[in-house]
Amino acid sequence: MQPRGTKRITVGVGGVAIVAAVVALSACSSSPSPSSTSSPAVSGTLNGAGSTFQNTFQQAAISQYRSVQSHATVNYNSVGSGAGRSDLAAGTVNFAGSDSPIPSTEQSNFAGKPTVLYFPVLIGPITMSYNLPGVSGLKLTPTVIANIFQGNITTWNNSAITAINPGAKLPSTPITLAVRSDSSGTTQNFSLFLQTAEPSVWKLGSASTISWPTSARAGMGNTGVAQIIKSTTGAIGYVDYADAKASGLTFASVENSSGKFITPSTTGASDAASTVTVQPNLTFHAVWASGASSYPITYQSWVLAYQKQPNANDAKLLKSYIGYLLGDGQNLLPGLNYAKLPGNIDSMAKAQLDKITS
Amino acid sequence: MSNSARADPAGNAASARALRRPRPLGDRVFQVLALVSGLLVLAILVLILASTTQQSTSWFSHEGISGIFSTTWSVQKDQFGALTFIYGTVITALIAVILAVPLSVGIALLLTEVVPYRWSRPIVYVVDLLAVVPSVVWGLWGILVFAPWVQPHVYAPIAAGLKGVPVLGNLFGPSTGGAVYGASLFTAGLILAVMITPIITSLSREVIATVPAIDREGAYALGATRLEMIRGVVWPHSQGGIVGAVLLGLGRAMGETIAAALVIGSSTQITSHLFTPGYSMPAVIANQFGEAFGVQRSALLGIGVLLFVLTIIVNVLARAAVARSMARQRGA
Repeated sequence: MQPRGTKRITVGVGGVAIVAAVVALSACSSSPSPSSTSSPAVSGTLNGAGSTFQNTFQQAAISQYRSVQSHATVNYNSVGSGAGRSDLAAGTVNFAGSDSPIPSTEQSNFAGKPTVLYFPVLIGPITMSYNLPGVSGLKLTPTVIANIFQGNITTWNNSAITAINPGAKLPSTPITLAVRSDSSGTTQNFSLFLQTAEPSVWKLGSASTISWPTSARAGMGNTGVAQIIKSTTGAIGYVDYADAKASGLTFASVENSSGKFITPSTTGASDAASTVTVQPNLTFHAVWASGASSYPITYQSWVLAYQKQPNANDAKLLKSYIGYLLGDGQNLLPGLNYAKLPGNIDSMAKAQLDKITS
Repeated sequence: MSNSARADPAGNAASARALRRPRPLGDRVFQVLALVSGLLVLAILVLILASTTQQSTSWFSHEGISGIFSTTWSVQKDQFGALTFIYGTVITALIAVILAVPLSVGIALLLTEVVPYRWSRPIVYVVDLLAVVPSVVWGLWGILVFAPWVQPHVYAPIAAGLKGVPVLGNLFGPSTGGAVYGASLFTAGLILAVMITPIITSLSREVIATVPAIDREGAYALGATRLEMIRGVVWPHSQGGIVGAVLLGLGRAMGETIAAALVIGSSTQITSHLFTPGYSMPAVIANQFGEAFGVQRSALLGIGVLLFVLTIIVNVLARAAVARSMARQRGA
């Protein structure tokens, strides 16, 4: 049994603790928030899901958006473009992130639903990263890349590679391919680049999963591929620019449609995107873009949302958040090693925002 | 009618009256709750099976029975055959069981027969710790540490030595390209073996511990050595339980997802060379589901159904093996 007097002390301590907790909680919830004066305040919750390529940008934008609109909460779940589009069709999310437009085989999922609007939000280059000690500034053409990734060119000192790299001392090391084991928009757009640039050479088609030669080593995610490249001499693979820079990989420069060899960079990607033909619904393909300074393996990602929203608050919230992604949010991109949308595409996307109604 | 009943008609009538009295409310509530819980589990299983099968029907109709078991899995050619993954799952699970069973049964026998009781508790604790390590940690360790080490230090010398040897060369020799890979079918089997060892060990240990001491003492009294006692007394008693434990470990190895997906190499090929990459059913679902749509998605769900059915079959066999050996035990 407790000695006399302890009970009074425990009650006193408990009471102080409860009061302190209440004060702390109320202090947290009423912190002054600098709401933007230029856009109206919105409140509510938005849920999005989809592309893993967009994920870094979405997470950064979500946390910055909270300081602009303190009463709005946005959640983004990076489950993959395919799963994101299915979620949008099922109505479980307000917007989806997708690296490619809705394929024709999926259109039936959206039958009877309102029109889907495409909002491009970012551009990014895909690097050809390689591991050859002593060889820097490697140049590659789409034909050579296609033959390497189909298993036709198997050693680094093959005549096709030495012909475009006269100054480099290429060893006879066998080429190890590093590819993705998981399905991905990066694979889809890299294979689309090869299919668009060299349709007669590239036979493996374009999809989020490719049947690579059996000697290819597969890694999970861009970081998995980067790790294979880093640890294997003679490896070459396709890695998203942001992850390639983070892993400190060496990139090759790739020949574009104008015959120039361009190193991957965010400016090269923006230049590529500025020359593309944009469809009326804002879909486009940035791979193999024209323009002397365009980086040829550039890809893009969209936010998909229904034109007609179920209620007015959802419409307001979507317009505010997507507007942020297209406006101030674009300034986050260079720091994350993505490229900003070129001006013309950005204005078209912002104009399309008005189409969202309830 | 038994004599005791005829001898006590008053007592018989009294107990009959007691049976007819309704049971207390608490008992009835408990009975309902227990029944509902059991039926709920069954209902969940049936619903999972039904909903996944329903979503995978477009794969069955697209491919037909022969197409489902073909070896081509290609999004480009719009062909989705699951044979490669079934092969990979079966091979890695077999490797896991072949490597794990001697180890686990050995540890179980060690703990029950050889080691004094005082030391068996810490050893049991350490073995159970293997089960606590999360699957993804095994996979990460496997792909980042183990696979890069084992390729030049273990696989390459073995492959070089067995090159050209008739049967072993096909299993452990280098692939047609001449290479061996750290991320391969054998590495996946090895890591799965380590993951299922705790299950098989603990179940085997419990089964072996139920062997009556009197039988063991009897064997020793007849002059048997320890090995003869184990062969003659322990094994007949516990073989059913051990077989059941092994089959449970097999079921676990077949369904293990992340660890296998990270170290199996993700290559859609059927090959006898164990030091080359392959693919398994859980690995392909984990890798490709995010971006899949249309027939590919339905195919992945169909593979999930196949895996589900396969593990159910293995578990049913496990139970049958245990029941049969218990019946034989009772009969003997």
